[in-house]
This record gives sequence, C-alpha cells and structure tokens, in this order.
Amino acid sequence: MVALPWVLAAQQHAGAAVKAVADGRAVTFEYLAPDAARTLAALAAEIIPSDDGPGATEAGAVYFIDRALATFDQEKREPYQQGLCQIDALRSKLFAASPSVEALSREQRRELIRALESSEFFDLLRTHVVLGFLANPEYGGNREQAGWTYIGFDDQMSFEPPFGYYDAHKDEVQN
Amino acid sequence: MSRPAFPLTEEVDFLVIGAGASGGVMAKELATSGFRVVVLEQGPYLTDSDYAHDELKYTMQPGLTNDPKQQPITFRKSEHEPAKLRKAIQYGRQVGGGSVHFTGNYWRFHEDDFRERSLFGAVAGADLADWPIRYQDLEPFYTKAEYELGISGLGGANPFEGPRSKPYPLPPLPVKSSGVLFERATRKMGLHPFPAPMAILSQPYQDRSACMHCGFCEFFGCEMRAKSSTLVSVIPVAEATGRCEIRPNSYVRSIEVNGQGRVTGAIYFDAQRRELFQRARAVVVCANGVESAKLLLLSKSTLFPNGLANSSGLVGTHLMWDLGLLAEGLFEHPANEYKSVQVTRVIHDFYASDARRGFYGGGGIDARFNFYPAGFALAGLPPDAPKWGLEFKKTFGHYFTRTISLLSHTTSLAVPSNTVTLDPEVRDAWGLPAVRITYSPHPDDMATHRWVMDRQREILEQMGAKKIWGDPVDTVDTSNHLMGTCRMGKDPAKSVVDPWGRAHDVPNLFIVDGSNFVTSARQQPTATIQALAYRAADHITRLARSAEL
Repeated sequence: MVALPWVLAAQQHAGAAVKAVADGRAVTFEYLAPDAARTLAALAAEIIPSDDGPGATEAGAVYFIDRALATFDQEKREPYQQGLCQIDALRSKLFAASPSVEALSREQRRELIRALESSEFFDLLRTHVVLGFLANPEYGGNREQAGWTYIGFDDQMSFEPPFGYYDAHKDEVQN
Repeated sequence: MSRPAFPLTEEVDFLVIGAGASGGVMAKELATSGFRVVVLEQGPYLTDSDYAHDELKYTMQPGLTNDPKQQPITFRKSEHEPAKLRKAIQYGRQVGGGSVHFTGNYWRFHEDDFRERSLFGAVAGADLADWPIRYQDLEPFYTKAEYELGISGLGGANPFEGPRSKPYPLPPLPVKSSGVLFERATRKMGLHPFPAPMAILSQPYQDRSACMHCGFCEFFGCEMRAKSSTLVSVIPVAEATGRCEIRPNSYVRSIEVNGQGRVTGAIYFDAQRRELFQRARAVVVCANGVESAKLLLLSKSTLFPNGLANSSGLVGTHLMWDLGLLAEGLFEHPANEYKSVQVTRVIHDFYASDARRGFYGGGGIDARFNFYPAGFALAGLPPDAPKWGLEFKKTFGHYFTRTISLLSHTTSLAVPSNTVTLDPEVRDAWGLPAVRITYSPHPDDMATHRWVMDRQREILEQMGAKKIWGDPVDTVDTSNHLMGTCRMGKDPAKSVVDPWGRAHDVPNLFIVDGSNFVTSARQQPTATIQALAYRAADHITRLARSAEL
C-alpha cells in the first residue's frame, strides 16, 4: 500500500543488475565510474576477503555501494568522492610507481587500508561493505545470500523449537 | 466493513490525537461505549502486507519510526550548550505507533514503583515523587490490557510482581538457548528467573495466529499479526463499531480553545499538507511522551500564553530516558538467537532500590539477542575484535550464532531540567518548530548502570560464557521510551494532569500516554501506558455519560 520510494527504487535497480549478471551481461554501474568501482571492489576484497569462502567480491558488495549511492544514500556521494581522492593520494605516496589500487598486491592494499583505517571515510566504506555482504540481496549485495550463509543466518519466515544447541539440551527449565 | 468518515463540519464526541499504544486503546474504549471518535495519526496506515524482513530499512533507516529528515530533533546536554541535530528520541510513527515495532516486553510495574519517594526518600538533584495512584488502582486495567491485546506469560512466576487478579491469557513462548542458560545460571545464584511476559501470541488468540518464530520483532512489524499491537487488536474493534474513524497522515499543529478555556478541536495538516480543523466536544492527547508535550507547547493562546494546560510551567519537564546496557557473551555452541522472539527469560531480583548501595535505582535484566546480521558485524563484536580483514570476517562468522546478550532496563530519575522544548531556530518539513531535547542522566542513574552491569557480567560468567564484553557504563543512547513530560498528580502546581489524565487547567482535555509517568520504574513502559489508558477511558466515559465534561 504505502512503500517508501527509495526502497522501491533500490529494489528495482538491484533487481535489474542481478538479472543482468545472471544473464551473463556486463553490469553498468548507475552511479560509480568504472575506475572508482574497481578501486572500491579491490578494497572491499580486503575488508571482507574470500580466503575461507565467498567474501565481499562474490557477494557483490561494490554493487551494493553503487545502489546505495544511486538511491537511498545519495548524501554520501560527496564523502565518497573525497574518500576516493584520499585513497589515490595515499596510494601515490605509499606506492609511487603503481597505476591504480587494483594493480596493487594484496599486501600493498592492506598497507593502504592500515594507513586509511582511522579515517571517517573508512568507517563509511566498512559499513557499506558489511551491508553489501549481510544486508538483504534486494540491495545488490549478499548475492545468493553468500553473507548470510557464511554466518549461519537462515532466512526463513518460520522456525520450530529447538532453535539452538542449548534449548535442544535443556533439562530443568520450564516449557 | 466500511470505515466511517466524519465530515469536518460535524462535531464529534472525542478527538484522539495519536493512534499508538495508548490512542488505540482509548479509541476502542470510547467507540465501544457509544461515542463518535476521530483519531488523528501523523503517520501512515500500514498493514501486515507492507512489512518486510529488511534490516537496512527498519533498523538503519527510519522504517517504522520518526524520520529526522522530515522532523528534525535537536539535542543538548544542558541549557548551557547549543543544541545540535541528533535523533535523540525515537517513536513509532504509524497507526499502532510503537506497539507495531516494539520488542513486545510487557512488564507490569511493581507495587513499590508507585510509592518510591515514601520508601526511599528524597534524591538530591531529582524530583522523585510518589504516584497519585497505587498498583491496586491499576491492577484491573493491567489485566484488561493483557486480555484485550493478547499477552503471553506465566502469572505468579515473578515473585516480585504485585498480586494479579487473573493469569495471563496465553502461556509463555518457547524458551530459547539464552533463556535456558540464563534460567539455569540465575537459579544457581539464588535468583528468580521467570518467563518473559510478551505482547506476542504463543497460541492463536481471537482471530490472530500464533508466533512463527521468524525472529524479526524488535524494530519490525509482524507479518503474522502475532505481535499484539493496537493495530491488530483493539483498533479493528474500534473501527467495527462504525463510530470510530482512524485518520492517518494527519499531523496536528494546534489544539484550539474557546473564550471559556475549553478545547474545541484541533488544526492538523492532511496528507497534502492542507490545514484542516476537526471539531470535537473533548480532546484526548495520546501522542507520546515527547510529541504530546510538544503539541501542548505549540498550542499557545491568549488564555494559555505558555502553552495549553501549562499554568504549572511543567509541560515538557521531567523527561525520563530509556536507560539500560547490553552485556554480551560468546558461547561454545550455536545458540541461533536470531530465531524467535528477542526475550524469553527475565529477572527482577535487582529491581528494587536499596539505600545500602549508596544510590537510588535498580533494574531488570533479560536474556536475549539484540542484533540482526549486518548490525551485529558492525556493532555487536567485542571492542578488541579486528575491524576488517580475514580475522574480522572469521570473528563475526563465528560469533553470530554463538552470542547471547543480557540487557538491563534501569531507572531514569525525573530531573526538572531534562526537558522537551520548542527549538527556536530549527523547523520541520511542515514549518513547525523542531523538538529540542535537553537531557543529562542523574548521577544515580549512571551508578545504577554500573552496578547492574556488574551483575550482568556475573550472570554471563555463571552461564559459561567464554568471553564477555558490553556497552561502556556511561552509554546514553537514543531513547525509545518517552516518559514524564506531563506528570500526573493531585496538586495542580506540581503536575499537569490529574490521576486520570485530565488536564488540571482544561476540563475537556486529557493527556494519556507515557508523559503521565511520575517515575520510570525499570523501563518497559508499554503495559503501564496501556493500563493507564484503560483506566482513563473508564473515567472519561463516566464523565461524559454524566455530562461532566
């Protein structure tokens, strides 16, 4: 009946992108420039890496960031533009010969994040990457529920007791 | 069923402002007593098909609560500092109000809550007072609320609760892992755990189905209609009378008065932001502990230059906060606490004030889980957990199903300088002054935080937690419980409303919601808000029938 317009917009936008990926078509970003998207994806892959199973990359966290900036989090565009400049400046300072964040080795990317991690922008990026891993797939991330599967969250409308180990092993407690 | 629609030209018997925990009850009671009622609700009229399990929308965006982009709030710790924009208070903003998105905790206040000043004495820097009513006055209405709304619990299981005339209408919900470990540990410690009283159906009740244990209660609307909001319980009864119109998207800006000092109705903005006037023989304000005070302060007139019903100067003062802290523990096996209702076990052993501690206050503690997936990874981990990288990922991956929280619900003293006022500069999207909150906790409230946190940690240890962490003890977060800004009392110089919610200054104006609270008890105000609403409605009905309004 009544739905907030930004939610509908985000869902439509995300739905189209997910379908395009499923169809094997290249996905265009609605807000992020391609090089910005590559930089953010490279950093996201170190914030939630894929060493022990699907991480930010497989979950499509950068697509979540694009949806957010294109729809409900437009006020964060300016901090992102500034953050990307900050990242580029840090990269030039730390790795003068490198052409891009994407071209850095994983250890170099981690060094870059260590230099960035106390900044306000890193808080924002980290928040968005986590959301891109664990928020609802309708927003473009958490593809095939990669994040939920990793943490053991089962997305169901109903459960039956026992719910966990300890209530399955209860003794003296009531009901 | 066709919903009635009263023309603006018609003077209805009652105008109720706010369709939340209190307003929904008020509307049902007045309409079923034969009166014609219009309820003005600032938020939309949503139903179960409008909800979703969407953590981002409902816990990180306004979702079902007030939107600070539309209605900014400013905050300052004292009147000596400038107020800055901050969503300091949060309330449900739709038909059903906070009863739609609340966790469902439904504690009755204890007998002693109504007479703490007599029992404890004065507290320096605060205005600790006895209520003008006793638990016994409210008991029949607690019972009525439990039966009309549908509350699950085990009567008599809480040894600290006052006498009850009836058991709960529904048995408790099934215990979760947190409840099992909490009950076992607290019993071993000589304490008295009991099944949480919850406004969530453990079995089908009236025409609603039982809880399916999906786990999306706190901050979410219930798709199963198992959460006992006023939206799914009493409001349909009110509408079925054919005498009650719930008018959503209707934001009141002023209650009007005539030359005799009686209220005549209210001016409100409709969905198109047109200003309309609804006439009524009497007005009942149920807009919540912040919005009710704001509306009275906005309703200035020649007769009431400081705001309506404010001859005492007390409207908006004595604001009490939603205090309490989270302690968390990591356990060996998956507890899967994200499933089912948040809370299944509670203790009230530390509820009463004890002067030997050296400060006023106490608290209840419940066993729960307080997070959804992303919020847990962002804000639920121990402070020493890595913030990014493989170890960060492994930590939230391992901890999510194995973390159990204990939340305290503690006292907030009534301090006169903690207030709701109108911001002199900031305006909302309708051009009305923004709410300005001035709040600092009383030192005893922080001492209580600290003392109860030590108890929470002891219990987590006894429960077998492998690691324990928690909120810093000086945490004062957003307040979801809004209490105390139109206190009730017998003395018009020391209170805003009488013991039934009638404004001392205006015979046909009532204010009935959390603003009436004289003390904050130990949080969990909803049961008491609704019991007060039933009691006030009973009184108002009798006044109206005997032409005393």
